[in-house]
Amino acid sequence: MSATLNETASDIVLIQPRQAPTRHIGAAAWVRRNLFPDWKNSLATLVVLGLLLYWVPLLIEWAVVNAEIRPDAAACKALEDRGACWGVIAEKYRIILFGRYPFEEQWRPLIAIVLMLVMIVVSCVPKMWTRWLGVAWVLNFVVFFALMRGGFAGLAYVETSRWGGFPLTLLLSTLGIAAAFPLSVFVALGRRSHLPAIRAVCVAYVELIRGIPLISVLFMASFMFPLFMPPGTTPDVLLRVLVGIILFAAAYLAEAVRGGLQAVPKGQVEAADSLGLTYWQAQRKIVLPQALRLVIPSIMNSFISTYKDTSLVTIVSLYDLTGGLTLALGGDPNWRQFYLEGNLFVALIYWAGCFFMSRYSQWIEKRTSRGQGR
Amino acid sequence: MPDAPRAAVIDPGKAPRPAAKASFWRSRAVRGVLYQVVLLVILVLVGFYLTHNTLENMRVRGIQSGFGFFNEPAGFGIGESVIAYDSSDPYWKAFVVGFTNTLRVSIVGVIFTTIIGVLVGVGRLSRNFLIRSLCTGYVELFRNVPILLQLLMWYFIMTDRLPDTESALNPLPGFFLSKNGLSFPVPVWATGHIGTLAGLVVGIVLAVWHARRARVKFRETGQKPSQFWPAVGFILGATLIGWLAGGMPGALDMPEKNEISVAGGGAVTPEFLAITIGLTIYTAAFIAEIVRSAIQAVPRGQSEAAGSLGLTPGQSLRLVLLPQAMRIIIPPLTNQYLNLIKNSTLAVAVGYPDLVSISNTTLNQTGRAVECILVMMTVYLVLSLLTAAFTNWFNARVAIRER
Repeated sequence: MSATLNETASDIVLIQPRQAPTRHIGAAAWVRRNLFPDWKNSLATLVVLGLLLYWVPLLIEWAVVNAEIRPDAAACKALEDRGACWGVIAEKYRIILFGRYPFEEQWRPLIAIVLMLVMIVVSCVPKMWTRWLGVAWVLNFVVFFALMRGGFAGLAYVETSRWGGFPLTLLLSTLGIAAAFPLSVFVALGRRSHLPAIRAVCVAYVELIRGIPLISVLFMASFMFPLFMPPGTTPDVLLRVLVGIILFAAAYLAEAVRGGLQAVPKGQVEAADSLGLTYWQAQRKIVLPQALRLVIPSIMNSFISTYKDTSLVTIVSLYDLTGGLTLALGGDPNWRQFYLEGNLFVALIYWAGCFFMSRYSQWIEKRTSRGQGR
Repeated sequence: MPDAPRAAVIDPGKAPRPAAKASFWRSRAVRGVLYQVVLLVILVLVGFYLTHNTLENMRVRGIQSGFGFFNEPAGFGIGESVIAYDSSDPYWKAFVVGFTNTLRVSIVGVIFTTIIGVLVGVGRLSRNFLIRSLCTGYVELFRNVPILLQLLMWYFIMTDRLPDTESALNPLPGFFLSKNGLSFPVPVWATGHIGTLAGLVVGIVLAVWHARRARVKFRETGQKPSQFWPAVGFILGATLIGWLAGGMPGALDMPEKNEISVAGGGAVTPEFLAITIGLTIYTAAFIAEIVRSAIQAVPRGQSEAAGSLGLTPGQSLRLVLLPQAMRIIIPPLTNQYLNLIKNSTLAVAVGYPDLVSISNTTLNQTGRAVECILVMMTVYLVLSLLTAAFTNWFNARVAIRER
């Protein structure tokens, strides 16, 4: 036995030590893995790199090197398109940001914007999610309207048709979302109700709204709402458009919320029932918290869409941020040709808002699902 | 045992039922009916109130109602149209022109946005850092800026930044790009093209026949003859033969540039270019996200299992991964197509005569707000319902059959 074993052991040939594997860390390895893993990718890398080396310097030359930042139309024209004319923003930012709001009174929308942005940032902090936050938002809207509208304590009265620019965009999106969200929860619950009439009404509402473009809802708000009202009354145009946006956003949000409701296991409702909770108690304390947490990404997507969609009010003659841009540059022959720069400026504002919201959505999703993954 | 008689007290059959007597309101069924009746009564009252107000308002303002005006001459010209139209044609014909223009943008947009979207979506998963970052940058950039703003930018570039006609850009031979739009060569119709078309039809028939035969053979023998390349061969080959038989008509109507204008060939307006490019680029960002998440959503075990069954990578992609990814892709993809169609209503902002912009003009001319908005809504609603019907049909077809 032992002899065989010894024999076997002596047969073992030791393998020569192999070379250490190629480095998996460090800059060189990263470049090899991410830029030149095989010949196809290497070719793609070289082509893309070549294009970038050609385009990026041109872009930098246009946007930075040759750019003109002074609000000087003559200097901008002298550039003859070799450089960007950021001066157009310095010249026109007040009209772009505040629309047709009276020039001397524009400190009011400025305060309103700051207030609104502070509220938005504060609302993003989970520690602040108490009922006082709701009260603060109501107060915020009251102060916003009071500041913008004026007509008391020496503040000049400014009619809503002259409100414009960024405050209008902010107001339409925040108030639109704030009002559409509760409505959407009711509609989503209604769509899952076992009562046929309620279900049918909710389905009809959601499918009707989702089937038509926002533009037609806004046209309806501006041309048909006045006909709906008792003769002799004409509701405020801002209010009409706001109602249109709320009804539109609520239908999409309702579908997002319904997705969450469907994902809550049936046992949860049955457990709530067996504890003796009423329908509303069960929904509020058991179902909705779980459902809403599940669909945070799609709810945030709806918010982002609503924010972007407010730009459409331009078409029914409200001068929001997009409308402010047209207002500022469309009719001014001196500056009209620098519309592109103005457009990029406004795009940056929208982009920052959307980007912030989508990143926040990812963060909050990770945070709320922390207790879930076991 | 002495407990036995007490048990009878809680016997459910003999227990008194106080709930049934005490409160009629506490019954779920009764309450349900009540809620529904209340909701319907409120809806009917609101509907009645709104209709009453509308009729009253229309009477006071002297607005007529009805669709009779559709037969009156429209009296406005339309910049571009696929069908013959002039300003003396009736309103209904203007609406038809608007609808065909909407379709034109939608079809071209859907085709290009799918191509770009799929490329960018796959590119986001590339191993190549540069391609991955570029595709991510594309999505983050275009998704987060309102479509209206993008359309206005493209429109400005098309009508203001591009050179005048006399110095039109000529990126490819036969293509001219200027403030007046894009001109491109189109084949001239010749009788010989009938041969080409006939060849194409024959090729498709042959390809379908081959696919049938391949399926039968697969069922009977388990061997699967190649399907894709023979189909391509049949279609291309038969078309080529048809073209040769038709006498090889090859005349192209090339646009020519002279001192003041570009004439001949096919042409699209800058408005059409602006709205199509804008919609395509915007929607592609969303489609890219759909494609990326769908590919990531197919479990890795699926491709591993396919490999262990001996399927080649191509087979496992075609037979295992793609069908599952498609199941996830199709519903949101049709939604994006619908979004593109609905966003094409923003044509009104760049002066492209789509359905909404025609409705808007008609509304301003005739004051028939209710009728114009109704037509507009109905058309889009029907398109949406058709899409929804397709999605439901597709979902039912591809749904996972669970045991």
